[in-house]
Amino acid sequence: MASKAIVGEKLGMTQIWDEQHRAVPVTVLKVAPVRVVQVKTPEREGYSALQVTWGVGRRSALTKPEHGHFESAGVEPGRRLVELRIDDTAGYEVGQQLTADLMTPGERVDVIAVSKGKGFAGGMKRHNFKGQGASHGNHKKHRAPGSVGACATPARVFKGTRMAGRMGGQQVTTLNVEVVQADAERELILVRGAVPGPRGGVVVLRDTVKGDAARGAAGSSASKGESK
Amino acid sequence: MNPTDIIDRDYLRDDIPVFFPGDTLKVHVRVVEGTRERVQVFQGVVIRRQGSGARETFTVRKVSFGVGVERTFPVHSPMLAQIEVVTHGDVRRAKLYYLRDRIGKAAKIKEKRVARS
Repeated sequence: MASKAIVGEKLGMTQIWDEQHRAVPVTVLKVAPVRVVQVKTPEREGYSALQVTWGVGRRSALTKPEHGHFESAGVEPGRRLVELRIDDTAGYEVGQQLTADLMTPGERVDVIAVSKGKGFAGGMKRHNFKGQGASHGNHKKHRAPGSVGACATPARVFKGTRMAGRMGGQQVTTLNVEVVQADAERELILVRGAVPGPRGGVVVLRDTVKGDAARGAAGSSASKGESK
Repeated sequence: MNPTDIIDRDYLRDDIPVFFPGDTLKVHVRVVEGTRERVQVFQGVVIRRQGSGARETFTVRKVSFGVGVERTFPVHSPMLAQIEVVTHGDVRRAKLYYLRDRIGKAAKIKEKRVARS
């Protein structure tokens, strides 16, 4: 699992220039200071995570239990409550603030967000089916999925057969994304390439759990554990 | 204003002259050969400007040894050492794609006469 994480909002995409004068496509993420509302530990909750909020929320939008939760934590209510799963919550405390400089340029992160809803989508869009020919006598079946199974044996369609249906609006994790800039003053993080979800969507960043970067980090944290 | 403009602002160049489609430009391009860097000039007619902010590009067309050559540059690219406006052209379109179908004198663009100042 990740050793650190933070939450932000997607602002949109643009491009910047690197030192070699090459254009770098970037997604701009607004990462306002994040306030820790609750620290979850394996002893108490059975897993370790940080419950955080950010920004300014309307007090009138809170339910009484939520109000009490923020009250007892002594934290100003924010836009939303988000849980960040991390390896070790030691060193974090309620009320603590995390800012964009948690991430450093060049670091690899995973980006977790809810993708744009595509509605009821056909097989070609949803599962990259090939569709059928434009000609050779094809009649009104150009984007149809084709056969979904055999005949009298098994005399049914197997479960899980890919067909048309609801697409998008699901949580998507993009792995191993490079952080290009992290600016705590302007509350911005720039990551290379695209990020799931619409502009304004909530995006969770965590240091990557796969790839060379993660293996290197895991090695160092393991050796740290031994020294303890 | 787009929310990403706060990033774009850092990368916009303020030394770009005002130019429009139809203008003849000398574009000084930085060319890196191994470790050496030199400047190459590409002169031709602007046939389009496209996009906005840090992502705006323009296309310059010239006819070189009878072959039409078009290069597209990002307006704010640090690869451009300098942009020089040679003449302002008098055109009625924003996209001068019709020049591709013309050769010789027909592909010539009238120069814009600016009122005495």
